[in-house]
Amino acid sequence: MIKIQGLKKSFGANEVLKDINLEIKPQEVVVVIGPSGSGKSTLLRCINLLETICGGHVYIEGKDITDKKNDINKMRAEVGMVFQQFNLFPHKTVIENIMMAPRKVRKVSEKAAREKGMYLLGKVGLQEKADAYPNSLSGGQKQRVAIARALAMEPKIMLFDEPTSALDPEVVGEVLEVMKQLALEGMTMVVVTHEMGFAREVGDRVIFMDGGYIVEENAPIELFSNPRQDRTQAFLSKVL
Amino acid sequence: MGFNFNIIVEYAPFLLKGTLVTIGLSLSGILIGTLLGLAIGLGKMVKNKWLASPFHLYVTFFRGTPLFVQILLIHFGVVPLFNGETNGFAAAIIALSLNAAAYIAEIFRAGIQSLENGQMEAARSLGMSNAQAMRHVILPQAFTRMIPPLGNEFIVLLKESSLASIVTAPEIMYWARAMNGQYYKVWEPYLSAALIYLLLTMSLSYLLTRLERRLETA
Ligand SMILES: Nc1ncnc2c1ncn2[C@@H]1O[C@H](COP(=O)(O)OP(=O)(O)OP(=O)(O)O)[C@@H](O)[C@H]1O
Ligand SMILES: [Mg+2]
Repeated sequence: MIKIQGLKKSFGANEVLKDINLEIKPQEVVVVIGPSGSGKSTLLRCINLLETICGGHVYIEGKDITDKKNDINKMRAEVGMVFQQFNLFPHKTVIENIMMAPRKVRKVSEKAAREKGMYLLGKVGLQEKADAYPNSLSGGQKQRVAIARALAMEPKIMLFDEPTSALDPEVVGEVLEVMKQLALEGMTMVVVTHEMGFAREVGDRVIFMDGGYIVEENAPIELFSNPRQDRTQAFLSKVL
Repeated sequence: MGFNFNIIVEYAPFLLKGTLVTIGLSLSGILIGTLLGLAIGLGKMVKNKWLASPFHLYVTFFRGTPLFVQILLIHFGVVPLFNGETNGFAAAIIALSLNAAAYIAEIFRAGIQSLENGQMEAARSLGMSNAQAMRHVILPQAFTRMIPPLGNEFIVLLKESSLASIVTAPEIMYWARAMNGQYYKVWEPYLSAALIYLLLTMSLSYLLTRLERRLETA
């Protein structure tokens, strides 16, 4: 589904990703953990082409995103992204937020886009908020709308960058529940999170990043109970 | 020598005509200046430094020199170059528009850059092109934020249109100065002119406040 080979990314002299190799299989849920500044967000942003990569290759379903011949916008539409800060469009209602990209990018009819939008809102439990503006929603509701908005483009893979870190503790659960449901339905997902419970329960594989490298990866139970690297141990002893 | 209302009455039709000319000058300046300002603001934000540099230069020049000088240059220099002879009204509209465009370009840029990157990234991550993201996500929000400073600029423009009198565009100050020249009176012409400007700016600012309110509740 996604194959990353020798990925490098620097900001000026700051080498953030040094040599990332990673393969994500269809329907797999990969959880990425690691200390602040280790490059987790940058990795997701590279997969979604929000950053131009400095070296290596990223293939989405066999297509190299660094190949100039491939249409960036088309490839991006296949990859859904959910941000820590939601980034809903405040000047549009909830349903308009969800309908916008299908209408403008996929040229779906108004009616079809609305039906699809309402269906997705039902899935995240927010049908009654269709005509509300984002500012009137709680953080948890905003994030569920953001997930529905990304799903409206029918992406092949969903990227989550700390989707619950900006939320009040009491609403974290409702967002994780939606994500878990998505995973059960077979969505391919890469999730950067500090929610170790989610990683253990939903993740097929956990990746520990530090200093621009993937230091260790394993099944969640293995990695949490039996970390092989000192750096993984040190990190886990702080967060678990 | 007391305050002579008769000469104000005598000049009233001219002052009225002048008011219409002032409104015409200002409206044209606002309209052309806004369109031009949007284009220049976008030009300034082009990533390529070479492509963006003429726009930077433009803004630097028109914000860094007095409108007075710009009007004279355009009236006596630029317009005759194209037209053979000059025309005060046209020169005034051109100068006001070009000047306003520089300020509006900056307002526009600030409005766009005040939006967090997240908005653009969210739009792009959904597969929208740069142009689609601009049109449907960034610009509508930037416009709402631009309304108050844009309103200020309109009021400034309305007042600065008085400089057009020096190139004999027959607006309010042109007639006030004519009145002053004919009767050697100061208070009558200039107080009348001040009063008209005050009425115009107050009405404009009233309309702008209402517009802002309406956009806020939307
Ligand atoms: N646009 C940018 N320009 C310059 N440096 C950047 C940029 N984005 C990220 N960085 C730097 O890259 C490094 C990694 O950042 P990144 O956001 O990927 O880390 P992270 O693992 O997601 O951390 P966190 O857990 O705090 O979110 C940091 O040192 C950061 O300062
Ligand atoms: Mg991050």
